[in-house]
Amino acid sequence: MVTDGRPGTDAAAILEVEGLTLTLGRGAGAPRILDDVSFTVRAGEARGFVGESGSGKSMTLRAVMGILPPTVHVESGRILFRGEEIVARAPDGSPSTVSARLQQLRGTGISMIFQEPSVALNPVTTVGEQIVDAVRRRDGMSRRTARRRALELMDLVGIRNPGERLGSYPFELSGGMRQRVMIAAAVAGNPQLILCDEPTTALDVTVQAQILALFRHVRDELDAALLYVTHDLGVVAELCDSLTVLYSGKVMESRQDLRAAIDQPFHPYTRALLQSTPDIDHLEQRLRTIPGSAPTPQNRPAGCPFADRCDRVQDDCRQGPVPDVGVGSEVVVHCLHPFGRGSAANGVIDPSPAEVLR
Amino acid sequence: MTGVARTGDTPAVEGQAPLLDCRDLVVTFPSKRGGEPFTAVDHASLSVRSGEVVGLVGESGSGKSTIARAVVGLQPLDSGVISFMGEDLTGRRTIAQRSGMQMVFQDPYGSLDPRMSIRGTLSEMVRRHTPLRGQEVERRCLELLDLVALPSAILDSRPAGMSGGQRQRVAIARALSAGPRLLVADEAVAALDVSVQAGIVNLLADLRRDVGLSILFISHDLSIVRTLCDRVAVIHLGRIVEEQPCADLYANPQQEYTKALLGAIPRLHARRGNASPPAAAWAAPAGAQ
Repeated sequence: MVTDGRPGTDAAAILEVEGLTLTLGRGAGAPRILDDVSFTVRAGEARGFVGESGSGKSMTLRAVMGILPPTVHVESGRILFRGEEIVARAPDGSPSTVSARLQQLRGTGISMIFQEPSVALNPVTTVGEQIVDAVRRRDGMSRRTARRRALELMDLVGIRNPGERLGSYPFELSGGMRQRVMIAAAVAGNPQLILCDEPTTALDVTVQAQILALFRHVRDELDAALLYVTHDLGVVAELCDSLTVLYSGKVMESRQDLRAAIDQPFHPYTRALLQSTPDIDHLEQRLRTIPGSAPTPQNRPAGCPFADRCDRVQDDCRQGPVPDVGVGSEVVVHCLHPFGRGSAANGVIDPSPAEVLR
Repeated sequence: MTGVARTGDTPAVEGQAPLLDCRDLVVTFPSKRGGEPFTAVDHASLSVRSGEVVGLVGESGSGKSTIARAVVGLQPLDSGVISFMGEDLTGRRTIAQRSGMQMVFQDPYGSLDPRMSIRGTLSEMVRRHTPLRGQEVERRCLELLDLVALPSAILDSRPAGMSGGQRQRVAIARALSAGPRLLVADEAVAALDVSVQAGIVNLLADLRRDVGLSILFISHDLSIVRTLCDRVAVIHLGRIVEEQPCADLYANPQQEYTKALLGAIPRLHARRGNASPPAAAWAAPAGAQ
């Protein structure tokens, strides 16, 4: 599905995550932080990865980058970067997260941008030094060449007077400038995949708009794939092409066409999230709220994890595992009673549902 | 006040003396290297009438939190007058003046004492600010929880076991326990998930409607402000640059800065093009880093 010139399903898959299950601790009864999560990001595609706190969205990024906390284990599933598996398997067959290949790929193939640039940047080294290091890590070029490249990168991310800024320390810069420095360092190795963990949440809206424009620019320049984690659907709508909605460690809805997902969400959770997002273009008297809170991995029910908060819940939602239904590979909906004319009974949702949001 | 676009008042509360009236507030902070002091709030005027919800919107460093702190008495003024319920707040505030306005902070994790149960947190405030004692304190705590739509069972919990939304509701209940007429909410929903944030915004709207609470709602998020406020003041570099009834501000912003703020809001249904360059006109001015 090619919309506004963005690549569709024919572009090369950069990141494929298949059936990824993460557990807290090992063993049969270990709580699942992430349960059978699958999605694909293609070259030039920005996929929004949306969920509330605790849904597992940041853990997914950490699994791809190989920086999971020591207590979290990859129980099953595959993570492929350009078709190559990057989760190494231990001799006993159980996957561990960091492979030698992944270490090579960090910075040059895959890079990550964190929410808090003030924490992620080294406070006692100049920003120029940090960008130069990132450049040299890739090519092993001379310091002089690396410095010139660093200046180009700082210009690319919209840092004015880069020559002066090279010698600045992170604390001397505003939050927006620090985030630009981090983006410059992240794109220094021309990565094909950029993992973004809420990079604009801590920023002012005007700065956020600039950073989002910068991401669009960088993606187009490098033809990179973006996996963009956020809880803000407004940001996703501004930047992304496709959408995956995560809830309590499970994919609730995955859509290749973001516009269609926003206009016609199939999953009741996606719909509730959209309705609780303040929309400057549609003034509501009251915002929609979602009563209750998400189940933790320790007490997730056997049926649909959203059942207790869902306004379309029926008896069968709680009775057992819920199948994924969808239209080809374009749409995946984890729901027995999705919006739309079709039903889960035949495994397909009518792509032209009767109920359109707004 | 110069350069401020004011176009009309909210009809419902016209002619009423303001509950809170801030005139020409100036707050400066000494600069580190002995240079010119930094002016955080620059001749800002702002008023909140009884039963009104007023939004104060600006970016980080604009002075909005400094105004909030000055209003509740946490920040001394260089000059200017704050009057509340018709009395000038100069010098030491009376107990009535202090109970009359209460503040809710951004971080519900940091603003509650982790060692105190919710009962302890609320009953301490009830005893301090009301003549209630004994069983009446407990009854008042239950009423307060009811106001913020929390179950009574939560009285025995501590903040550690609660979600961010629940903690923020407790923080609001604690503020209400003093019986305030004005609530100063400083980025009270900024740290919460959208679905939780919506619940807190609805709760504040209900409190205004049911108890006639006035609210000074400080936020960087114009879209949240739109669903809640009657009037909105926009602050930039310490100055109130524009103040309008809420609907007018969105329909017809007067100042370029307000337009830039509105233009930067992510939109669900109308994506901006790739037109805006990485270094847009509203990048932080040189020297303000």
